[in-house]
Amino acid sequence: MVRGERVMVTLKELPVEDYIVSGHRMCAGCGPAIAARMALKAAGPNTIVVNATGCLEVATTIYPYTSWKVPWIHVAFENAAAVASGIESAIRVLARKNLMKQQPNIIAFGGDGGTFDIGIQALSGALERGHRFLYICYDNEAYMNTGIQRSGATPLGAATTTSPPGRVISGKKEWKKDLIGIAVAHGIPYAATACISYWSDYINKVKKALSFNGPTVIHVLSPCQLGWRFNSNETIKIGRLAVQTRIFPIYEVEHGKYRLNINVTKPLPVIEYIKIQGRFRHLLEPQNSYIIENIQKNVDLQWNHLLKLCSME
Amino acid sequence: MRIIGLTGDEAVAYAVKQCDVDVVAAYPITPQTIIVERISDFVANGEINTEYVCVESEHSALSACIGASVMGARVFTATSSQGLALMHEILYIASSLRLPIVMAVVNRALSAPINIHGDHSDMMGSRDCGWIQIYVENAQEAYDTTIQAFKIAESPNVSLPVSVNLDGFIISHSMERVEILDDEDVKIFLPPRKPLYRLDVENPITIGPLCFTDYYFEFKKQQAEAMEKSYKTIMDVMNEYSRVTGRSYKFIDTYGIEDSEILIVCMGSTCGTARYTARRLREKGEKVGVIKVSLYRPFPSEELIEAIKNAEALIVMDRAVSFGASSGPLCSDVKNTLYDAGFKIKILNIIYGLGGRDVSQKDIEQAFRLGFKLKSGDIKDRVLWLGVRE
Repeated sequence: MVRGERVMVTLKELPVEDYIVSGHRMCAGCGPAIAARMALKAAGPNTIVVNATGCLEVATTIYPYTSWKVPWIHVAFENAAAVASGIESAIRVLARKNLMKQQPNIIAFGGDGGTFDIGIQALSGALERGHRFLYICYDNEAYMNTGIQRSGATPLGAATTTSPPGRVISGKKEWKKDLIGIAVAHGIPYAATACISYWSDYINKVKKALSFNGPTVIHVLSPCQLGWRFNSNETIKIGRLAVQTRIFPIYEVEHGKYRLNINVTKPLPVIEYIKIQGRFRHLLEPQNSYIIENIQKNVDLQWNHLLKLCSME
Repeated sequence: MRIIGLTGDEAVAYAVKQCDVDVVAAYPITPQTIIVERISDFVANGEINTEYVCVESEHSALSACIGASVMGARVFTATSSQGLALMHEILYIASSLRLPIVMAVVNRALSAPINIHGDHSDMMGSRDCGWIQIYVENAQEAYDTTIQAFKIAESPNVSLPVSVNLDGFIISHSMERVEILDDEDVKIFLPPRKPLYRLDVENPITIGPLCFTDYYFEFKKQQAEAMEKSYKTIMDVMNEYSRVTGRSYKFIDTYGIEDSEILIVCMGSTCGTARYTARRLREKGEKVGVIKVSLYRPFPSEELIEAIKNAEALIVMDRAVSFGASSGPLCSDVKNTLYDAGFKIKILNIIYGLGGRDVSQKDIEQAFRLGFKLKSGDIKDRVLWLGVRE
């Protein structure tokens, strides 16, 4: 595709072929499974996947089975970006020596724990070195694979098994880390947020990211019915609410230039997003109403900051 | 063949250059740094067609090596001490994925207290990581062993990573006379890598899946068998290299074992001092000898049994300590081997040289004296620390 053009894919245009296929053991209504499936529809079969340890890895490859129809490797939790660096370097030198003709896409998938927390060093190193690969962080806002522990991506107020609401503490006390801000600080050619509920935006971003000759990052919000505690038929709806409340803004940064991809002109109040998820249930108690107010204030602040970055103020 | 002056680190880098390595991913750490500096020079001057990935940690170094190796590339890394410890997690994955990565480990003490000098605690801390482990005595062996390591690792009968261990500073930073093969001879000895499998979009495979109680155990058995079966290939490669160079390479190297009452068993740079001291003592009529263990994993049990059968007492010298164990790691291996073979020989374990504490001819002579005392029953200790202030 021509970079910079928005290619709106209609459902009819969406490739029928899947490169992560059914039979895996991801939960019903799993957001990350959708994130991986859509990314590979966009990337196609000429793709090598590196997968950090996490839900996506453990539930798609239980030996002797695999759901992956593209070459796939898992090494460890914190090093997907480093493994991708090695793959990319090998391809470069083997091509130079005429030992390899293929020029495959390289996509590294990491969850929020594997990206925001334990994998941030390897990611930073790979971004700084400028390897040509796409890093997709499928963010379900906690360590879901190990049983819903808080990560640097868990939002303020959320209940997890390591940020449980108790008599003196009401869920996670800290704000979510700004992953795209960190990625952009490396001066990489392209970084974007996306949400599985906006599949056209997401897969166009995957295609676009793969067209750059350098490192690119997509941070895709991928709701988790188990950890966020909603019904498994509500995954897409929850993702949509995250965007429509401005809690998770959809934007991209191309060579440092910010562009808002989904302008939410009439935002819903954050309570609409909060009240239908079990992880926020304790916030609905009267003594915690100030927390919801703080979340709303922060969302407004962040949105205005983003508009400034997008020169839309 | 050419003769040039090289430090141990430079000798390793020179070997890497001649081996036409595709990808080097490494992170600097004293005393390994000269290796990565020289390789960087080669890359900067266009003397090698290699991608050098300047990673941000040793953990990422070995992770990138895995990524490159799984694409079919010939891959090298180097580290020391804390760097190897940081790699620990990935060491096991490299060997379990059966990737023929070669790594120079410039042996250095582990913190705390922080110390940059040579001992074997780093590799011994990762002893059970499933890598073939070879210890060298000098710069020449560092050069020769690096070349052999690629051939061993990449052999389809082995397909395991290999670590080449050289003592920090004593070998890594000492300039020595090194005989260098012609580039063409290295090419003939070491043809391009032919990977057993690789990540290929035309033939997609899944590498590194989750594996439960139903298969994991079998994988580990196969891995143990691969290590067990590697003896033959290692021996073949050593024999071939010895033929090409005229320099003898074996699992263990012996001096004076035919008639010696007391034998010192040791590894690394100390072997030279031990042999020199043994020669001086033998000139005075004392029956002493030395066994140098070059191949540490897989452990050369058969060769060791053969080498000690005429001795009356053994001094096993460990440049590492296994806290709370009955002996150091090398001595444990020796004892295991000899117990299984039915030997009741007297053994004294000497812990020495930690944190780079110098080991002189006098120390070795004292070790032999302890051996004679052990033989006559005048020592009851099983472990003694040599050269430590108490």
